[in-house]
Amino acid sequence: MRHFFTLILFLPLLALAAEEEYTMQIKNHRFEPAELTVPADKKIKLLIENLDATSEEFESHELNREKVITGNGKATIYIGPLSLGKYPYFGEFNDATAKGLIIVK
Amino acid sequence: MFGTAVIVFREVLEAAIIIGIVAAATRDVPGRSRWIGAGLLLGLLGSALVASFTSQISELANGVGQELFNALILGVAVLMLAWHNIWMASHGKELAANARNVGKAIHDGASESSVLLAVIGIAVLREGSETVLFLYGIATSDQVGASTLMLGGLIGIVTGIAVGYALYKGLLRVPMRWFFSATSLLVLLLAAGMASQAAHYLIQADLIPALATPLWNTSAVLPEKSIPGMLLHSLIGYDASPAGMQLVFYVVTLVIIATGMKWINYQPSGNKLETV
Repeated sequence: MRHFFTLILFLPLLALAAEEEYTMQIKNHRFEPAELTVPADKKIKLLIENLDATSEEFESHELNREKVITGNGKATIYIGPLSLGKYPYFGEFNDATAKGLIIVK
Repeated sequence: MFGTAVIVFREVLEAAIIIGIVAAATRDVPGRSRWIGAGLLLGLLGSALVASFTSQISELANGVGQELFNALILGVAVLMLAWHNIWMASHGKELAANARNVGKAIHDGASESSVLLAVIGIAVLREGSETVLFLYGIATSDQVGASTLMLGGLIGIVTGIAVGYALYKGLLRVPMRWFFSATSLLVLLLAAGMASQAAHYLIQADLIPALATPLWNTSAVLPEKSIPGMLLHSLIGYDASPAGMQLVFYVVTLVIIATGMKWINYQPSGNKLETV
């Protein structure tokens, strides 16, 4: 059992080795975490899980991305490689609450 | 309500502009309105279908099915518009001068009808499926004022269609001398803009390199969300922060179609003017 937990602990490293992977959730029309810090000049694989029953559209003019994530659905979005800076994004279908920032350091 | 109207307007506008231009450009195609109607109907049915299968489509191809689907139908639309423009370049002037061989015109008209059907169907399908998902979300949410929000959606739809219709009516008023050049140019830019959008989806799916991200950024001067930005986006494929590859797709499409139009005009065709 202890080995199992050790293995779980190291699992994220596997993902890191392949691609920089980040997970986000949508809950009550908000992104969690809303602010995400990612490294510069790297390709990022962003996994977004929508826990709401309604669809959302991840959109960012700065990142030049737009993708519909269905209610209780999942989506993969590739971003980058990005240069240093702050890249705002929002959920088009609920833009009053669903907004966030990708910070490239 | 205003927010809802704006979101729906943005989606509808893009489709309405495409339909306005294509409908004007095919004014002489026999039985045209039936094909436009069929395209609209198919597009709407398709929207509902795509909207209900969005999560399944998304999960295809390791989570980039949505991008592939969009790129694919945009590609089909680009091919259709290219075919239309090249055909028009060879026959448009005869049609305008009313020097048409009726049998041949109807024959060519038949293939033009399928262009009309496909392009309109695709335009409605793309923008419609997102609108359906958005409005469905509102309709099923139990937040107060859902009906007011739906009214906003309706206002957005009506306003979007009105702009497309105004564009169509405006184009029909263009004098015959310039009509074919004007509509051909608009269709050409429309096709190039769609090719750029297809590239955008392929980059998002990580299937082609971006080349430069972004090539330029004019979000501060002319944001895509502003009215002029939206109009330019729909008309000529304006993108406030495009990737380098998008420009490559844009220019290549522009050059290929323009070359095709020139080339077909220089063909030594026997029956071009002798049917007068």
